[in-house]
Amino acid sequence: MGDKLLVSTRKGLFWVQRTNSKWDIDRVDFLGDNVTLTLTDPRDGRHYAALDHGHFGVKVHRSTATGWEEIATPAYPPKPEGLEENDMWGRPLPWSTVRIWALAAGVADEPGVLWCGTIPGGLFRSTDHGSSWQMIRSLWDHPKRKKWMGGGADLPGIHSILVDPRNSKRVWIAVSTGGIWLTEDAGASWVQRGEGMRADHVPPELTHDPIAQDVHCLVQCPAYANRMWVQHHNGIFVSSDEGRTFTEIKQAGPSTFGFPVAVHPREPDTAWFIPEIKDEKRIPRDGRLVVTRTRDGARTFDVLTRGLPQHHAYDIVYRHGFAIDPTGERLAFGSTTGGLWVSEDQGDSWTGISHNLPPVYAVRFAA
Amino acid sequence: MAMVTFTENIQRHVPCPATEAAGATVREVLDNVFAANPQARAYVLDDQSALRRHMTIFVDGAVIRDRTRLSDPVTAGSRIYIFQALSGG
Repeated sequence: MGDKLLVSTRKGLFWVQRTNSKWDIDRVDFLGDNVTLTLTDPRDGRHYAALDHGHFGVKVHRSTATGWEEIATPAYPPKPEGLEENDMWGRPLPWSTVRIWALAAGVADEPGVLWCGTIPGGLFRSTDHGSSWQMIRSLWDHPKRKKWMGGGADLPGIHSILVDPRNSKRVWIAVSTGGIWLTEDAGASWVQRGEGMRADHVPPELTHDPIAQDVHCLVQCPAYANRMWVQHHNGIFVSSDEGRTFTEIKQAGPSTFGFPVAVHPREPDTAWFIPEIKDEKRIPRDGRLVVTRTRDGARTFDVLTRGLPQHHAYDIVYRHGFAIDPTGERLAFGSTTGGLWVSEDQGDSWTGISHNLPPVYAVRFAA
Repeated sequence: MAMVTFTENIQRHVPCPATEAAGATVREVLDNVFAANPQARAYVLDDQSALRRHMTIFVDGAVIRDRTRLSDPVTAGSRIYIFQALSGG
């Protein structure tokens, strides 16, 4: 049961603890600093925090018995002399970690293995709890990687990493924009996945091209790994063949646009979304903050409002700002306007923990 | 030996005391500084060892011109200041 939340914000890392049935902030680390993402490794309980110090760059910290220690930041290899590589805007593509956008732990048979996705598109793997990182060159050097483009950020980035719970050599990643990619040999080679997704903001000849897809968030049901859910720039897509093909879901409450998605850990047909008016506005419809939930594989959706602001609420929830605990009972999300809500009944009702946090970038259950 | 002084803002993250270091270019001087203080390196330089975008270096009162190779000359007795922009919120 998730009793602790790690909330990454523009101005620090907030620990939110459930004590005597009440949730409250009980600790703040890195106060004043931009914390963009955390990972809690379920295999050993270690916490990892990604910080963006702006002028001083991106850093990674790992928890210790007494606090935090700075560890290695994934770093890009030297750019070959004379190589010209530009982004979609014609500017030189930096071979440098601009943002850490995904952190994932390996499975039980590979302790110490971590995966890290970055902007501008580098994927890294560590075998020593983040003390060092190796870039996955087979992906960075893949000729199609150069077709990735910026989406919400100017530069392309890897925001979702799924390690197959049945086989740690199989890893899916999702790219904004660049679609879904799969390795079945621990990163030695890669294939594109994600047939059936649709992008209507690109020229028609690219609409159905898997590499043109702006996946906002990709999740997988841990107990039924064939089931994946995608919150996409164009809406919601679901796969029953581990991401090989997707079906578009065209109706889901007020909107199918949004950034995050959560799936129940054991019930593959149960998933949650936080809808917004797409995409030029990106605000909740009618100023009502709602969560949508399906329990039947997206045939029907509940619109969940109890405990959420329904009058002039303009909270946006980023792709890493929504979390579900290992039991599938508790959910939590944080917003750009500093709101944080928790549900203990699968979203039927929500309790506001704070409305005054700094902008929230990520919410994760830590225990 | 050149005298290298770091912005105060960096000290909160990694101690960077003022230090003397040898070298005929900014690159050579910084390589010597970071050899003794490796954690500080990635706070000032990016993954390609170029000066981070919002960092700047003054040598004897002038902003360096080569932010990529850091080839600006340094003389014994030069004073080098490493600063950052103060934008952001």
